[in-house]
Amino acid sequence: MSSLATSLKGRSELGVALLLGAAGVVVFLDANGLVTPYSKSDPVGPKTVPFIVAALLIVCAVMLAINVLRGGKGEAEGGEDVDLSHPADWKTVLPLAGAFVLNILLIDWAGWVISGTVLFWGSVLALGSRHYIRDGIISVALSLLTFYGFYLGLGIALPAGLLEGIL
Amino acid sequence: MDVWSSLMDGFATALTPLNFMYAVIGVILGTAVGVLPGLGPAMTVALLLPVTYALEPTSAFIMFAGIYYGGMYGGSTTSILLNTPGESSSVVTAIEGNKMAKAGRAAQALATAAIGSFVAGTIGTALLAVCAPIVVKFAVSLGAPSYFAIMILALLAVTAVLGSSRLRGFASLGLGLAIGLVGIDSVTGQRRLTFGQPLLADGLDIVVVAVAIFAVGEALWVAAHLRRTPLHAIPVGQPWMGKSDWKRSWKPWLRGTAFGFPFGALPAGGAEIPTFLSYVTEKRLSKHPEEFGKGAIEGVAGPEAANNAAAAGTLTPMLALGLPTNATAAVMLAAFTSYGIQPGPQLFSSQGPLVWALIASLFIGNFLLLIINLPLAPLWAKLLQLPRPYLYAGILFFATLGAYSVNLQAFDLMILLVLGALGFMMRRFGLPVLPLILGVILGPRIEGQLRKTLQLSAGDPAGLWSEPIAVVVYIIVAIILAWPFALKLIKRNRPGKKPLLPANSGAADYSD
Repeated sequence: MSSLATSLKGRSELGVALLLGAAGVVVFLDANGLVTPYSKSDPVGPKTVPFIVAALLIVCAVMLAINVLRGGKGEAEGGEDVDLSHPADWKTVLPLAGAFVLNILLIDWAGWVISGTVLFWGSVLALGSRHYIRDGIISVALSLLTFYGFYLGLGIALPAGLLEGIL
Repeated sequence: MDVWSSLMDGFATALTPLNFMYAVIGVILGTAVGVLPGLGPAMTVALLLPVTYALEPTSAFIMFAGIYYGGMYGGSTTSILLNTPGESSSVVTAIEGNKMAKAGRAAQALATAAIGSFVAGTIGTALLAVCAPIVVKFAVSLGAPSYFAIMILALLAVTAVLGSSRLRGFASLGLGLAIGLVGIDSVTGQRRLTFGQPLLADGLDIVVVAVAIFAVGEALWVAAHLRRTPLHAIPVGQPWMGKSDWKRSWKPWLRGTAFGFPFGALPAGGAEIPTFLSYVTEKRLSKHPEEFGKGAIEGVAGPEAANNAAAAGTLTPMLALGLPTNATAAVMLAAFTSYGIQPGPQLFSSQGPLVWALIASLFIGNFLLLIINLPLAPLWAKLLQLPRPYLYAGILFFATLGAYSVNLQAFDLMILLVLGALGFMMRRFGLPVLPLILGVILGPRIEGQLRKTLQLSAGDPAGLWSEPIAVVVYIIVAIILAWPFALKLIKRNRPGKKPLLPANSGAADYSD
């Protein structure tokens, strides 16, 4: 048991293999569930390609699992603003994702101006800015500008939501 | 109509005041996002797609052309002034470019990059204008079996040749193909991978997929590893070059162009290989080899030219065959489809004016880049100091807006978040992004060609190799797949050689 635990430590990449395998199984089961009579005009049918894709995913999953257990490692992506020397900072990512989810929940009911403000303001805060008032003003301005810009410039009516009639 | 008169018509279209304005907007926007970390031309085109639905396709593509070249140019500014290239195509530029900047020669580095990009871009675009019609002439004779083979080649080449791990490339490709399967099968009307969800029946919108993987995934990934102390950008004045700089630059420009264009035009395109080859060549040929590693101007001039020529080369298979080989071309292809324009060899005959206006605007965009960006370089350098919370919050804000405005459905935003999380995971574990995007875009088209092929041969698999071109392509595919095994054999017989590139660059990203 303990040897298994040590061999699994630091191998979070096995999760990727798991995800690939699961995706492969889902694609396979979905294609397998299709019912199509053989047709001369379409000898390939809708199942063949999904089967190939499922096989590719499952083979990749198995090979990746073997690769990781043998000590292989995917190279995390660098970039201008990326500092890989410290571990993933979930205290930034989770609030950021939270702001995103809040926007999804609010957009149809409260409208873009409100949900967009929440999204931008929440994201800026999550990313470490502490100018609450200045950020709030920028958020409202951005949301209003895009709302009217899309409506007047492109003819796309973003939802007005709660502010219907005011905007 | 011959090339020349078609091109002149193209210029006439592209130079109308309105279209010219879009070219200017495209170039400025493209450079800005190229300079800004975390944003690339592919993502910008994806974000702008819904916005441009209100425009004429011609105007939209003229703007995309500006963004495409502008983005390539902007990337070099970042790598010279910051030494952390955002795109793998500018990794090589950073090696000498940043050393030059540190030695107080940033102005010359930026100048040779800008003028070299202009020279290479102009020659590359001219080659595109000459080559594309020839490829088209050849391509109209190809049937479904050959197309099937060529698309397979493009997918495999991008997956197997680029990137550091082939296995992870194929994993990414598999995910992309699976995403491409979602929706109603166009031949039988069967629903695939929709899980009874009617909103999935039309498939996943490519805009949503591209924005999720490029923008949301990137923003989340950077948020997790944000530098606590931002990098210091080297301040710069007006770019200029002295007489000796010109003398040392012009040959590398031309040689870089010669490397870049053919590699860009190949199915495994991309600018990584030609920029690297150009760097190595200049190092060998230079009269100042001792300066390499300390800021040799040839090491900026050559790779930058190769980079831009490759960008022009990439457009050849995209326009002539409907075959994208980098992320920006893939998104532009998706844009063609969303305008109801079928990419492929018929494009030149059915949409001639649009294609030639696009090519003409590439020339114009190149010229604009030169005259706008030389004076604006100090401004671009300031852009690098934008506070990061605003930058990444802004990326999320506009990603949401772009994805939502396609269908005005909150459901799309959920897809955006889920695929954004996937993009985050891919960056964390080194899965390349490009195979996934190409899988999503090319997957359904490959399936279509496969079914057409076997329909013609009445179900006989021999139909797949019934055309000579298809056979040739399969042989190339076999070589690409067998290559690493052959390489292993060679390496076993010869002891390892020293790598030619310093190992400091580290960016394994080729999403742009």
